[in-house]
Amino acid sequence: MQRVFPFFVEAALVTLELTALALILGLVAAAFAAAAKMSRPAILRAIGTVYVSLFRGTPCLIQLFVLYFGGPQVGINLEPFAAGVIGLGLNIGAYMAESIRGAVMAVDRGQTEAARTIGFSRFQTLRKVVLPQAARLMIRPLGVNTVALLKGSALVSTISVVELTYTAQRFIGSTYKPFEIFGVAALLYMIMVYAVARIVDLLDKRFAIA
Amino acid sequence: MSARQPMVEVRGARKSFGAVEVLRGIDLSVERGQIVAIIGPSGSGKSTLLRSINHLETLNGGEVWLDGVQVNQNLHGQAFERHINKVRQQMGMVFQHFNLFPHLTVLENITMGPVILKGMPKTDAKALAHSLLSKVGLAEKIDAYPSRLSGGQKQRVAIARALAMQPKVMLFDEATSALDPELVDEVNTVMKQLAAEHMTMLIVTHEMRFAGEVADRVLFMDGGVVVEEGPPAEIFRTPQKERTRTFLKKYLSA
Repeated sequence: MQRVFPFFVEAALVTLELTALALILGLVAAAFAAAAKMSRPAILRAIGTVYVSLFRGTPCLIQLFVLYFGGPQVGINLEPFAAGVIGLGLNIGAYMAESIRGAVMAVDRGQTEAARTIGFSRFQTLRKVVLPQAARLMIRPLGVNTVALLKGSALVSTISVVELTYTAQRFIGSTYKPFEIFGVAALLYMIMVYAVARIVDLLDKRFAIA
Repeated sequence: MSARQPMVEVRGARKSFGAVEVLRGIDLSVERGQIVAIIGPSGSGKSTLLRSINHLETLNGGEVWLDGVQVNQNLHGQAFERHINKVRQQMGMVFQHFNLFPHLTVLENITMGPVILKGMPKTDAKALAHSLLSKVGLAEKIDAYPSRLSGGQKQRVAIARALAMQPKVMLFDEATSALDPELVDEVNTVMKQLAAEHMTMLIVTHEMRFAGEVADRVLFMDGGVVVEEGPPAEIFRTPQKERTRTFLKKYLSA
């Protein structure tokens, strides 16, 4: 067990890296999707809705398979790691879009009315009044999404990304100790999830409205 | 800009929410410096009328004018957006639930409008905020966040915020309805002070006594129409219409 432990730590770092990159992609996709769904033009709203329903309405595993195994058929050739980041990012982005939208809609309508009656434009109202309040409201839901992303990243082991779950499976063959091996993997996931939860707590406190 | 022209004028205002007709042809004219109180039962359309003047509600028919400029002009898209933002800068509105910006301090709540929309230097805006807060009796709260204020204090800050834009008219939408009874007076005092300074005001209220004290004219609305209007003494003491009498009896006996 001591012999394989360093490989696990390294693999956990890959999982973190994968999660961090997918998180960035997911947040960008989510911001665009949420903005599209809340915009006026029907075509933009439709695009946002299709993206969200497509990625929330199908298994993440299938999305990864379509991208990684189906991609080459339509000229998309991706390394496992890149496919993992893109697949996970686009998937979590759909969930995060709804978290963002929920937070924006949770800001009291009276806030918008007050800003508009002062004479602020729609855009100024959004930027100065609604978004600063929504940003605080979306910290927790986005934190929940990030934890789901971190745990869900185990799926990319199926497209041969050498991360924590893949590494654990690889050592089963040489050690014949699945209980210990998967137990260690689980423990490492838990430590990472705990760290993410702590960061979310800190952010939530830091940005609480006085 | 002539003195004879009304500050606020509403002509034939109509508004429906779905199948419900909330405003059924309202005419209203408010002179410069005049104070008009609008009373009536819940659902009579008085709040909708006030919100229509600020274009928070879009009328289905009729016109709203502010100091010779039509508020609900027939413009579209960005052109209307620019127009309405300009017009709204000249109208202060105070809401039942205050609607202060909770993420900003009292100072920032007040200075945000003048600084961003009028390009007022921050030091000037701060001086303005300070004098307005002194006026509403809250100078010491300048750096507080709204969550630290009582309802009455919030509403007084909201009034200061509206005044900071130096509006031509102030619209009050049940400004004291959400307040604990003992906090109502502090807000009413500020409103009376504005009245004494000849601010043009439209006040939607459930407080008959206050309306009687402060208003030059009282409008009684019911079912989307103005049933009766006149000086407070007439409306409250010798109402002509049966509807008005019934309504007032309920209120004055309560």
